[in-house]
Amino acid sequence: MCLGIPGQIIEITDADRLMAMADISGVRREVSVACVATPNLNDLLGEWALIHVGFAMSVIDADEAEKTLEALRGLGEAQETLEAMAEGTAALEGAQ
Amino acid sequence: MRYVEEFRDPVAAKAVLLAIEALVEEIGATAEKPVHIMEICGGHTHAIFRYGLDRLTPKGIEFIHGPGCPVCVLPMSRIDECVEIAERREVIFCTFGDAMRVPGTRKSLLQAKADGADIRMVYSPLDALEIARRNPEREVVFFGLGFETTTPSTALSIQQAAREGLGNFSVFCNHITVPPPIKALLDDPHMVLDGFVGPGHVSMVIGTHPYDFIAETYGKPIVVAGFEPLDLLQSVLMVLRQIRDGRAEVENQYARVVPEHGNPVSLAAIADVYEPRPTFEWRGLGEIDASGLRIRGKYAAFDAEEKFSVGYGAGPRIVAEPEGCACGQVMTGRIKPTGCPQYGTGCTPEMPLGALMVSSEGACAAYYQYGATDDTLEAAE
Ligand code: SF4
Repeated sequence: MCLGIPGQIIEITDADRLMAMADISGVRREVSVACVATPNLNDLLGEWALIHVGFAMSVIDADEAEKTLEALRGLGEAQETLEAMAEGTAALEGAQ
Repeated sequence: MRYVEEFRDPVAAKAVLLAIEALVEEIGATAEKPVHIMEICGGHTHAIFRYGLDRLTPKGIEFIHGPGCPVCVLPMSRIDECVEIAERREVIFCTFGDAMRVPGTRKSLLQAKADGADIRMVYSPLDALEIARRNPEREVVFFGLGFETTTPSTALSIQQAAREGLGNFSVFCNHITVPPPIKALLDDPHMVLDGFVGPGHVSMVIGTHPYDFIAETYGKPIVVAGFEPLDLLQSVLMVLRQIRDGRAEVENQYARVVPEHGNPVSLAAIADVYEPRPTFEWRGLGEIDASGLRIRGKYAAFDAEEKFSVGYGAGPRIVAEPEGCACGQVMTGRIKPTGCPQYGTGCTPEMPLGALMVSSEGACAAYYQYGATDDTLEAAE
């Protein structure tokens, strides 16, 4: 829960609410980009960010993203985070 | 050195390990008179065990596992209050999955869910916001817990709920902050600490200056670290160099992610939504001054403590620990997890008695998952 996971910003979904779609290890998940917002949100497209409980907290470079992901996999945290995301989606429907 | 091959860069790891060995010798630290280094963050505790760093580094270094696992320091009374809120018929209670198995005095959230409470495991407070939008006739409560890394997410969610006028969303706030327990540990006369490895992702939010007091007032080195194994080894080396030179400074090994002044948007959201509580209870450590956050009066409509009249201010609080558990002593480094009479018998990750066994970031669970005892490991090597 405490460690962020790298994701790539692929689309701005709601500029007013500062929401974007991120690709996190092949899973698409809408995240908040409030903490890393730039005057023109489109500047974020293609950037990597550390994503923590649904919020992009820090923009990082691609190499750092890869290294971090590897460390998270080693700790089993990457899998845990992806499972938590799936659980979160199921929770919206109340099906858990 | 059976773990070294797992490092991303084994040659670099080997070089840092050799430098650490040389420094430990130069300082004159031995198994009998070790240097005590506390890693504050639970993610670091997990990584140290996962990669066997405690065994790869010389015996002259003793790691003390700090209080940086938010699930592990949740007091039983707070879990009881969660259950009390979750069992109300109108409530949908949303929590991170990690908190489900933390024991309360009556039951855990997992047991409450089995007994029929509508408890949902979410990944993000944004999921809870969406559940509130979709269920206007229900009260949706998000269990906000965690250190400064997680705090901005609930602050921004509360601000969003306020903008939308989402009257059925509230947060049960259990956010805690890293610096006060460090101060409490440094003030504890029984505690022997020579230096710290500081948390990486917490510092990404708060920057490095909140640790200045560790160096300036207490004269101890601290190095903010990433959580790759090589990051940790390098940080240990940096702490040792400071000790050898007689320096006490705040150094940043993880500057590629941690800006000196933190993340301004996150800090502004935290300051807008939260204020320090006079005191907050930590499992195993007791009440610590100004170590927890509460929701400011202007956002009282989104404060589950206010909405349901539970928690601080609602009545006398009992400080309870599960019987026979030594979590407090483990948390302050007085004994190793294996020294607890319940370890591996009355307390396992499947059936945790104490919270340090619940999360992989807790010292007891990390020991259990990767450890056995130091002696049996040596025999196996
Ligand atoms: S083994 Fe269980 S009861 Fe003992 S200190 Fe660890 S978590 Fe607490």
